[in-house]
Amino acid sequence: MRLRPRPRPGAVTVGAVRGAALLLGLACFGSTLWHGLDEPGNALAFGTLVALGELARWGAPPGTGTPPAAEEPRGSEPAPLAAAGALAYALLGTSAGAPTTHGVPQTVAVVVAAGLAGIVPHVARGRGPGLDHLARRVLTVGFAALCFQPLYNAGVVTEHLGQGPAYALFLVLLLLLTALCDAVLAALLLRARTGFPYGPLLRDELRAFLGIGSAVCATGTVMALGVAAAGLWALPVLAVPLLLTQVSFRRYAAVRTVNRQTIASLARATEIAGCTPPGHARRVAALSAAVGRELGLSGAELAVLEHAALMHDIGQLSLVDPVAGGATALLPAEEQRRIALLGGEVVRRTGVPEAVAVVVERQADPYREQPLPARIVRAVNAYDDLAATGTGEGAAAALGALERLRLGTARDYHPDVVECLARVLARGGAAGVTSAVPG
Amino acid sequence: MVRITPSAPSPSARLASVTGVMGVKVIPRAARAYIGCALLGAGACVLPALRPGATVPWGTVALLAALYALCELPARCRLLGRSFPMGTGSFFPVLLAAALLLPPAAAALTAIPGSLLARVEEPPAALRRAWRAAAAAVAVRAAALTADALGAPTALGRGPDAPDLPYALLPAGAAALVLCLALTALDGGIRATVGGLPPRAAWRGLLGRSLVPHTVHGLAGLMMAVLWRSTYGPVAALFVLLPMYISHWVFAQYHRERAAHQATIRALVQAVDIKDRYTRGHSERVGQASVLIARELGMAEDRLDVVRFAGILHDVGKLGVPTRLLTKDGPLTPEERRVIELHPEYGHEMVRGIGFLGEARAAILHHHERMDGSGYPYGLHGEQIPEFARVVAVADAFDAMTSTRSYSRARPVPTALAELERCAGTHFDPRMVTALVRALDRHGWQPAVTADEAPPGPPGGNVPPPREAGPEQAGHPADPEPPGTAAAEAATGTDGAARRAGADAPPADRPRERA
Repeated sequence: MRLRPRPRPGAVTVGAVRGAALLLGLACFGSTLWHGLDEPGNALAFGTLVALGELARWGAPPGTGTPPAAEEPRGSEPAPLAAAGALAYALLGTSAGAPTTHGVPQTVAVVVAAGLAGIVPHVARGRGPGLDHLARRVLTVGFAALCFQPLYNAGVVTEHLGQGPAYALFLVLLLLLTALCDAVLAALLLRARTGFPYGPLLRDELRAFLGIGSAVCATGTVMALGVAAAGLWALPVLAVPLLLTQVSFRRYAAVRTVNRQTIASLARATEIAGCTPPGHARRVAALSAAVGRELGLSGAELAVLEHAALMHDIGQLSLVDPVAGGATALLPAEEQRRIALLGGEVVRRTGVPEAVAVVVERQADPYREQPLPARIVRAVNAYDDLAATGTGEGAAAALGALERLRLGTARDYHPDVVECLARVLARGGAAGVTSAVPG
Repeated sequence: MVRITPSAPSPSARLASVTGVMGVKVIPRAARAYIGCALLGAGACVLPALRPGATVPWGTVALLAALYALCELPARCRLLGRSFPMGTGSFFPVLLAAALLLPPAAAALTAIPGSLLARVEEPPAALRRAWRAAAAAVAVRAAALTADALGAPTALGRGPDAPDLPYALLPAGAAALVLCLALTALDGGIRATVGGLPPRAAWRGLLGRSLVPHTVHGLAGLMMAVLWRSTYGPVAALFVLLPMYISHWVFAQYHRERAAHQATIRALVQAVDIKDRYTRGHSERVGQASVLIARELGMAEDRLDVVRFAGILHDVGKLGVPTRLLTKDGPLTPEERRVIELHPEYGHEMVRGIGFLGEARAAILHHHERMDGSGYPYGLHGEQIPEFARVVAVADAFDAMTSTRSYSRARPVPTALAELERCAGTHFDPRMVTALVRALDRHGWQPAVTADEAPPGPPGGNVPPPREAGPEQAGHPADPEPPGTAAAEAATGTDGAARRAGADAPPADRPRERA
């Protein structure tokens, strides 16, 4: 992270969310201590489940050399078992046929206490979860419990819905609402951190929910219903399939990380070969991703854009003599296109999606013939080349480069993309997103 | 925590893979007879349910059968551009729930529509479908009989009656075990009859791989059955399936990503090929030879993977060397030689961010070191050189000598080995050389190269013309320097770098064909 003399503009939002979570947690603790525990058996069982789930969380391994992460498993739940257990406790109405009486404060207090107990070993190893994550957990569980427990304890739910399929569907509806609330919170926090537009972020979060999020919600529902029908034995029985899901996700994430590292290395090849200035591929990738977000891209489109930007210069490896300074933007148009075609050929063999190769291939075409990601890569690449080779220093070079891009908007660069790039640069570039890129 | 390996193929995946054996054009008569028997057995399994007067809860049967079919169906269609890679047994929980909920014959019936509809990878489709349905019906019937014998119907509870839960784990576990055993036995049978394998080979490993997934499916099936019978009804039971479905979906994604990753590694290699077409296929062969050596030394399986990557990627740093130098005809100046000798360091710089390469990164940096300390980049000697680097150095030299280059004919394997043995101790670790000799004695040398075709570069002024090893290329300008050892020269891997070897000048004659 960059050091900033004044707090980031989103600091207020982040502070408010954390403060609310802290306040809720403390209030619930106090209330529970004052009134004592209802059904300590249930509390103990669910607390153990949450603690074990936190214990089994996948600590993010300190990844080295990962490229700028546009779509890291953000939004995917790192401790699905704990989340499912917490939601199930919030929605627990009946236990083995007998109604329960634990209210909102006890739910939150048990989940927070168990969660804290579960993350102690992780914190001790220096890989504890972020504060934002904890805050989100507290607030979402509080939300779910607030939606369900007062209604249930007042007898409204049983009276209107009985104990049949309608009750099950009601629980699902509540969990969907909770998931929505969680996505809104997550997008809010991200927006506060990065300043990206809210819409695409929310869309990303909702899309991420389709992954492990839906498995968590389904298991949460089934746990609440299973305990209602069969007692606490349902908890261990249901925990196993979710653990299987977690293991699958972990392996997937691991191989994904490895793949990203390899692609980043391939992208660095041009720098080592002296074809491009150091850091060029990474800068273009980060800036392209930022511009893409600004233009409303998300999820898979953003990943394609980022990979294409990382590998956009790979065609230069085929040249007998490196281009001076690697600045392809200064070459004649025909030459640029030829290099782009060569690059597309290499990229096609890497196994990344076909769309990436297309973007690399088309990066030198006039903008009217280009798909949007190729327009972005073209403009950003030209900006980086021009800013590096242009006269003047720092801000002057950047301004000069932007000016040259604006002059080229008749044919080469899309005007909207250039304006968007100018906005992103004015905001401080992609620095907020790409802090975690070593060497 | 039990280590759950989602990689273990679940039963219907195995069915697919087993029937994959039937990809042989002619299906042996024994296999046809075997499938016929299975069909008869399946008929006998479902018949009691179809007899008039049988009390079958047709509603439940239809629901479960439809659910199973629906879950198997997505494998057939591509949704939103990405295939939903099902048919990997994600819905055995449905079958196990059926085995727990229904009378045995009716349970067997639920398996049939789904098995008939699921995707078939290869022809003959009809036979495969029939076999799959028959095997599933027989296995489910066996599982249901077990569950019944252990009192599943009463243990599950009904409506507001709570199930007898710790006890219900017994019939559910037994049913899952029996399903697993039955499918494994049937699979092994078809492997034996189709592939002509001896029975022990046919069954080996099948059971171990499928036991854990079946246990998980058994638990999910139990919860499904419990919820199905509870007051919440089948709707609640559906939600049990979602985590299973997602876990299998993710698992298939994992496989896709893994394939993509291997392609990326290959792309790194091919990027080298673009620059230096003399060494086409060299990287992969060095990888194979390195694995041969490492296996002979008794390295663990996961280290073999790493040593293979070390072999494949050892020359990746050549990407950093200007193409003009790599493809230069004629002698290199000392300055140019120094640039080429930078390639191990370039390679290390490139791959240092790739975490899983581990020890291979050191091998890439040090594969031109020599035992007597005369190598580069650091002039390490003896045990200072990382083990993998010593392995790759031998493999690299061996392949360079036994493959045809533009500047030299391929030499026969014994000649190359003799050359290596001559240089063992000074250039190469004798242990590695001995291991290579022993391994080749045992397995021979038939390198299979997959990444052989280099991309046809479009003609253009700045692109190196494709150079083939032909008679007109075989003659090179005379090298003004004194000759080096053949092995040392070969080990450097490229034509240009080969000229570097001169300084050492041991008294070996130079078998290069020079004008």
